[in-house]
Amino acid sequence: MTFTLYNDVLDAECYKVRLLAALLGLSPRIAAVEAHPGAGHRAADFLALNPAGTLPVAAAGDLVLSGAPAILVWMAAAHDVTDRWYPRDPGPMAQVQAWLETASALAATAGALRREALLEHPAPSGAAQSAEALLRRMELHLLLQGMGGRGWLVGTHPTVADIACFADVALAPDAGIALDPYPALHAWTLRLRALPDFLEMPGIAPLHALVDPLTGHR
Amino acid sequence: MSRDHAVNDWYPVADTVRPGARATRLLDTDLQVAWDGAAAAVTDAAGTAHPVQIRYGHVWTCLGAAPRALFEISEAEEPGRRLVPCGRVRVRCSPLRAVENFLDIAHFPFVHKGILGAEPQTEVFPYAVKIREEVDEVWATQVRFHQPQAAKSAGGATEIRYEYRVPHPMAAVLYKTCPPRPEAWDVIAIFVQPVSETECIAWPWMALYDDESSHAEMVQFQQEIFVQDRSILENQLPVRLPLDPRMEIPTRADLTSIAYRRWLKRRGATYGAMTEAQ
Repeated sequence: MTFTLYNDVLDAECYKVRLLAALLGLSPRIAAVEAHPGAGHRAADFLALNPAGTLPVAAAGDLVLSGAPAILVWMAAAHDVTDRWYPRDPGPMAQVQAWLETASALAATAGALRREALLEHPAPSGAAQSAEALLRRMELHLLLQGMGGRGWLVGTHPTVADIACFADVALAPDAGIALDPYPALHAWTLRLRALPDFLEMPGIAPLHALVDPLTGHR
Repeated sequence: MSRDHAVNDWYPVADTVRPGARATRLLDTDLQVAWDGAAAAVTDAAGTAHPVQIRYGHVWTCLGAAPRALFEISEAEEPGRRLVPCGRVRVRCSPLRAVENFLDIAHFPFVHKGILGAEPQTEVFPYAVKIREEVDEVWATQVRFHQPQAAKSAGGATEIRYEYRVPHPMAAVLYKTCPPRPEAWDVIAIFVQPVSETECIAWPWMALYDDESSHAEMVQFQQEIFVQDRSILENQLPVRLPLDPRMEIPTRADLTSIAYRRWLKRRGATYGAMTEAQ
C-alpha cells in the first residue's frame, strides 16, 4: 500500500521518512510543502490535515500520521516482512523506543542549531551543549556496541532507531558541529550511508569513495 | 577600503513573500528591515533610514551615498512567467564565493548528481566568455551541458543550453533552456546579501514558464540544489575569494570564474576577496 508524504526537502524530519522508504523499497507520492519562505505548513489546507502545523505528514487512505517517529514505526511495522527494522522482541522493541526519544532530543538541539545556521530560526539557548552531550552518549554506546560485534544502535541490523538518529547526526556539520571527536559515531554514519538503496539529502553527500570499481556496487 | 566600494551597490535584505520584520546585517552593519506587504523600511542601529526599492520579489537597500543603478532583468516583466522567490539560505562563506559557485558548471555531476548532471557525462564543452564593456557585465554564452533533470518542468534528460550573466559583484543571472517552451529562456538568479566578508545570505529567485508544477514544487526544487552547494561552500579555503592569479591554477572549464575574478579586481569590488597572495 502506498502513501502520500507531505514533504519539505530541507527538513531533517521529512528526510527520515524518505530515507526509510527508500531502504524499504517504498515509493511514496511526494506532496511538496513550501515551509520556507511561504509558510505552507501554516496554510489552512495543511492545518486541516495536521492541526499542529508540523512536517512530515503521511496519509494512507483514512490513516493520517504526523511526526517522523510515528511514521517510521508505521512504515516498518506495515511494510518490513522481516520484522528487523522494528523488532517485535520486547527488549529490543523497548530499546528502539528509547532511541526514538533520543532522536527527538537530537532534533530539538542539533536539528534546531541547523535550522538556525541555515534559515535563521533561533535555536533554544544551551542547544549546543545539549547536542554535544547527546553525541557523546551515542559515541560511547556505539563504541560498546562495536566491541560486542553489534554495528547498530540496537542489535546487529539497523532499525528505525538508527534512521531516526542518523539525520541530525549526519547533518550536524551544517550547524558547525564537527563529527571528528566522535569516531564510532562517524563510522556508524558511514555504515548507514553504505546500505543498499541509501538516499542522500542536501547536506549529506553520496559515498563516491566506497563504490567498488569492478562491480559498481557500494 | 573594500567596503567603501561595496556600500554603493544595492543588496537584498528581505523577500516580499510575507509581511514581517527582521533584524539582519549587511556589510557588517546591523539593520532592521520591515515589510508590510506594500512598503518597506530599512533602518540601522543609529536610527538612520536607508533607501529602499522593491524589485524581483525582494527588498533591496543601499548603505552608501552614491548608489549605482540596480541591474535590469527584463524577463521579470514578461506576462506568463511565474516569479518564484525561493527564500534565503545562510552560508558561512565569502559572498563572492557564493556567486562564483553559481557560475560553475563543472561541479554539476558531482554535487547535483541526478539533477543537473550525472557521471560519466562530466565534460564541460568549450564555451565563450567575455566582459561586455558597454554594460560592464560578465557574460558566458554557448554553454551546453547534459542534464538528467534540468528543471521541475523537464520530463527527462536533455542537453541544456545556458547563458550566464554577472551584472553586480554579488548577483548572477542564469538564462537556461526552458523545457516546455524551447524559444524562451528560463531565468534563475542568485542575489547575495553580504553579511560580512566571510558570511552571506543567498536569496535565489526565478522567473519561469511552467504550467504544471506547483509553486511549492518549484521552490523546493531550487532549495534542494542550493543547499547541496552549501556544505561545499563552507569548506572552501581560503574563505575569501583569491583574486591574485598566482594563488590558484584554473582550468579551461573555469573561464567564467577567471573573467569574474578579473572583473571584480578591475572594478575594485574586493569586499570578500583576497587581493594578494598571502
